[in-house]
Amino acid sequence: MSDVKKVLFGPILSNNPIALQILGICSALAVTSSLSVSLVMSIALTLVTAFSNLFIAVIRSHIPNSIRIIVQMIIIASLVIVVDQVLKAFAFEISKQLSVFVGLIITNCIVMGRAEAYAMKNGPAMSFLDGIGNGLGYSAMLIIVGFFRELLGAGKLFGVPVFETVQNGGWYQPNGLMLLPPSAFFVIGLVIWALRAYKKEQVEEPEFKIAKNSRSQEAL
Amino acid sequence: MEHLISLFIKAVFVENMALAFFLGMCTFLALSKKVETAIGLGIAVVIVLAVTVPVNNLLYQNLLAEGALDWAGLPNVDLSFLGLLSYIGVIAAIVQILEMTLDKYMPALYNALGVFLPLITVNCAIMGASLFMVERDYNFSESLVYGVGAGIGWALAIAALAGIREKLKYSDVPAGLRGLGITFITVGLMSLGFMSFSGVQL
Repeated sequence: MSDVKKVLFGPILSNNPIALQILGICSALAVTSSLSVSLVMSIALTLVTAFSNLFIAVIRSHIPNSIRIIVQMIIIASLVIVVDQVLKAFAFEISKQLSVFVGLIITNCIVMGRAEAYAMKNGPAMSFLDGIGNGLGYSAMLIIVGFFRELLGAGKLFGVPVFETVQNGGWYQPNGLMLLPPSAFFVIGLVIWALRAYKKEQVEEPEFKIAKNSRSQEAL
Repeated sequence: MEHLISLFIKAVFVENMALAFFLGMCTFLALSKKVETAIGLGIAVVIVLAVTVPVNNLLYQNLLAEGALDWAGLPNVDLSFLGLLSYIGVIAAIVQILEMTLDKYMPALYNALGVFLPLITVNCAIMGASLFMVERDYNFSESLVYGVGAGIGWALAIAALAGIREKLKYSDVPAGLRGLGITFITVGLMSLGFMSFSGVQL
């Protein structure tokens, strides 16, 4: 039972795919300017990761080692095509906003990385849970970033006004920078800082240590 | 001609793959610790983009787009839903061919690129450029120019980031921000710099 819990919830805080494994960053940055779009993207990615892990784990002992990447690619690409077509059919507006980023789930390193690192070595049920867990870790990051960007950038959440903006006679002066690309980097950088302040063991070793001042005058 | 030049400038600066669309971020952050490797990777990306985008364009125009199979007597067939699968297949195949060709005819360049060449298959910048090409309906010459431009833009960005990170390692960064955190914030500032191109109309 504790195994299941570790596989399912471990990736959220202690082994986050974005903050620690440096996987799947492209889409995390690009689709987070509004909360509803980031939610749809998270669901899509979680489903693709979970099912690709499941299918790859089912056939893992039949895949010849030399062509495993191509086999994984085909499974992932087929799943992404399904997701893309479903989104186009039922949520056309959001699929337009996501533009190429649904297609880019294929090259999202989380999906490939988990297939290669986990699903090739473990049974179908655990692989499925690992996919869900990593999807959740990715979703948590996306939703935090989306929350701050939409709230501070437009004063809205899910398109519903929370802070009344100045244009509508309220008090909140929206910060347009939050809707532009650079702010995504800043928000993720700060979230990583917060996470590492809480989980000290994730702090990276400095490559280069600054030597102590040998004489007191040098410090002045 | 003018149109193509402005498309090129736009692809390099205004719509920079890495800093405006965040494509290829995983490799961008993971392999930008040294200027030398960054430049090697940048060159590999330029070559691969310059080949794959036009090839995918031909594939799309002649096989996948709605009505494209007219020449085979099938005017009503629309295979565009197979796009994703075909593009990734083409990219993987071309990277493989490129690797073998370079190994045979240009061993020096092949050794310089080393492990980065196969890694490029899963670089989202490559796939992203092909998808943007389809979304924006580029023709063959436009897609060639766009591929080269997008590649150069990406190479420029990673070389610049590597230069900054080489200096940054001597600075005293707060513990939690060390490594990945400060890199994100640096890239954010670079991206802010590139935003200044966004008003440029050509």
